[in-house]
Amino acid sequence: MSRRLRLWLLALGGAGLAALLAAACLDLPGFGGRAHPYGTRAVHASLTRHTANTIASVNFDQRAYDTLGETSILFAAVLGCVVLLRQARDEHRARPEPARVALPVRRYALLVMPVALVCGLYVIAHGQLSPGGGFQGGVVTATALHLLYLGADYHALERIRPLGVFETTDALAVCAYLVLGLAALLAGTAFLANTLLPYGTFNTLSSGGTVPLLNAAVGMEVASAVVVLLANFLDQAVEIEEESAG
Amino acid sequence: MSTVTQVLPYLVAAYVFLTGAYGLATSRNLIHAVGCLSVCQVSTYILLLAVGYRSGGTAPVFSDIKPGSRPVVDPVVQALTLTDIVVGATVTALLLALVLQIVKRHGTVDPDELRELRG
Amino acid sequence: MDEAVILVALLLVAGAATAAVAQRDPARQALVLSVLGVLLAVLFTVLQAPDVGLSQLAVGAVLTPLLVMLSVRKIRRRGRDRDGAR
Repeated sequence: MSRRLRLWLLALGGAGLAALLAAACLDLPGFGGRAHPYGTRAVHASLTRHTANTIASVNFDQRAYDTLGETSILFAAVLGCVVLLRQARDEHRARPEPARVALPVRRYALLVMPVALVCGLYVIAHGQLSPGGGFQGGVVTATALHLLYLGADYHALERIRPLGVFETTDALAVCAYLVLGLAALLAGTAFLANTLLPYGTFNTLSSGGTVPLLNAAVGMEVASAVVVLLANFLDQAVEIEEESAG
Repeated sequence: MSTVTQVLPYLVAAYVFLTGAYGLATSRNLIHAVGCLSVCQVSTYILLLAVGYRSGGTAPVFSDIKPGSRPVVDPVVQALTLTDIVVGATVTALLLALVLQIVKRHGTVDPDELRELRG
Repeated sequence: MDEAVILVALLLVAGAATAAVAQRDPARQALVLSVLGVLLAVLFTVLQAPDVGLSQLAVGAVLTPLLVMLSVRKIRRRGRDRDGAR
């Protein structure tokens, strides 16, 4: 198929899709409307289970099974990346030469890194109370670690980032999520039902039953998954070279 | 509120999706195509959050407001979007890893050249 | 007032998305994607979704552009090695 023909086909399909989408948009309930039946019920359920952040309640309690699916996708995607980006037989590692880092950059990165790490952990820990949670906090924690690459060099980053440990943590966190679900099953209720633990006092760290635990498991998983991902891409970009060209 | 503001967010979501799809189809570089795909992804977030918005509503977080004192926006769509953003990023990473493999095997990032290689 | 801020944020996002698609050089596209990520975080915050905004800020503004940049660098480095060997 020639490029011209393909563009025409694209224009035709795009125009059709645009017309359908516009028609659908005009028929949707107006933006900012009052009727949110699911939202009202989700808020009610979250409050009866003493979870201050309704979004955490939806993610780790009311739709915990769905989150299990999401974490599995995440795990599978990271596994796929590790397999695709592994060092092949025709490749070797070349140690990158330590680059000079401008002093202000180094100072700033080393100063900000601990702050960013603590911020990430705080965001994970307070997921069921304030905006935040395992998904966001995990990414913040993992990317904060990489400030060391900016501030020092690749070698320093490799030393504080034992890859095997993070890979194991990733797998363990997914297992922890499953085990928490199975524990509910053993206790005589449904898989991942939030009935194991007392709901606690509203708006305290230990409120919400199993929500903080599932949240912590997801936080661990996301943090180690992002570290593993970035490590593999950094390896490819910085260290791994092909043995023979051509 | 006028009719324009009532549908504009949905139309923006549709526009962003179509733009991303156009970039995806006309891209001459696989990495650029992956970037366009992430633009397509963004449109779903805009659509979901626009559906859940409520005029005068506040965030559905009750650590600093009294439950029932103010209307809140829909938390369900927010939860859906939230998980998808992080999972979407790892899927983007998987696609980029595939692109790197293609470059290694075939030595090109142009989808048209790849088709010629296949014959 | 709320509506006006939302409208402006929506239009900015639409503009940034167009720029991200129109920019054909992947390395520059990564920068535009990063700007798009920040604008989206703003939009999500004014849509009263702070959780989602936080997530988008971490992922859209940092993680995705970083991954794209690293891939670009890998391919460029590869190309340079090839040319050197020839």
